[in-house]
Amino acid sequence: MSTITFDAVSHAFGERQVLRGIDLRLTEHRIGIVGANGSGKSTLVRMINGLVAPSSGTVSVDGLDVAKKAREVRRLVGFIFTNPDNQIVMPTVQEDIAFTLRRRGLSAEEITQRTTAALHRFGLAGHADHPAHLLSGGQKQLLALAAVLVADPKVLVADEPTTLLDARNARHIGDLLRSMSQQVIVVTHQFALLEGFDRVIVIEHGAVVADGVPEDSLDAYRALLA
Amino acid sequence: MIGLYSPGRSVVHRAPTLLKLVLLSVGVVVIGVLQQPWQLAVAALVVLTLFVIARIPPRAAVAQIAPILWMLVIVVPIQGLLAGWLVAGLMAGRLITAVALAALFTLTTTVTSVLEAFQRMLRPFGRWIDADRIGLLVALTIRCIPLVTEIVTEVLEARRARGTRGSVMALAVPVVVRSLYAADALGEALVARGLDD
Repeated sequence: MSTITFDAVSHAFGERQVLRGIDLRLTEHRIGIVGANGSGKSTLVRMINGLVAPSSGTVSVDGLDVAKKAREVRRLVGFIFTNPDNQIVMPTVQEDIAFTLRRRGLSAEEITQRTTAALHRFGLAGHADHPAHLLSGGQKQLLALAAVLVADPKVLVADEPTTLLDARNARHIGDLLRSMSQQVIVVTHQFALLEGFDRVIVIEHGAVVADGVPEDSLDAYRALLA
Repeated sequence: MIGLYSPGRSVVHRAPTLLKLVLLSVGVVVIGVLQQPWQLAVAALVVLTLFVIARIPPRAAVAQIAPILWMLVIVVPIQGLLAGWLVAGLMAGRLITAVALAALFTLTTTVTSVLEAFQRMLRPFGRWIDADRIGLLVALTIRCIPLVTEIVTEVLEARRARGTRGSVMALAVPVVVRSLYAADALGEALVARGLDD
């Protein structure tokens, strides 16, 4: 697993302080992050692949400072957003998956091979030439996952990947996330998604207020909500 | 080209995209200068044969041509009265045949192939033009059409639900705001997918 380090990380959007002095070392296989809306959890995970640069402190992935080596880090860290519509670039399913690889300078043969494998792995083979925007919400999130994982990142960060999905699709995405060999970091409000996770971190008002095994952290979070 | 591609392995599908683009351009020009009904009939037969070779489902083919028919319903009678029915018929025939030929290109060519063809065409000008960026720009433009359509549809529904059906502001403001948010999110996703270099 990769080692992701937050060292005295703080961040503010204008006057609003979003994160305050975060120190974390993430080495576990599956890590969950929970917290209320606006608590700073999405900002925290966006820092892992440099989508947000901290106002102070450093974030590193396997020793690479994200602020200085963002391009290298993004090859290690894949990112899934809440709304898959916003990350689909190409008109058809197959083309969108291949798009990630085309930017990596791979041969046409390897692109086809890896794209086909990803289509089968995520149950999208029957939709290969279908317009991506006509897929169901669950299929779009599967496409988003396929398009990221086809590049074989070491870490997958998912920011509320099941929020827009129905229960069945949410369970399917959860099962997929649990079955991955990659290190997985998931931001969620759905506790069921964190079943079988190794560690859960609770963020409140930009600070870590609980950090440990899922049972303990979720109990602490429930107590906060009560 | 948004989702129009009709998958297949025919010779029309497999033909090089640049060749198809050149033939499409030449074909449309030739169709445009045809003066005799029999010449136009031959051209239409050639296009029809290509559709058959490409095994395009009739419904997909008709769907491509149907949108121009309403225009012909208006234009042909006017042209017929002013310039004669032969001229009007030739004009309609030319238009339908040319549109069908263009539709054949979009039905048998993936967006990726078109982008690659454009990038190949632009590569000699690499000193002045970034072909990959142009390709990405075209891809994003195509991708954004259904995205914006969805936003407009949702805003129209919301406007109806709130009983503000006639208000232009109630349509324009949320569409612009949501489009800007969507553009921002798409940009962030592109960066996350490593497209910032």
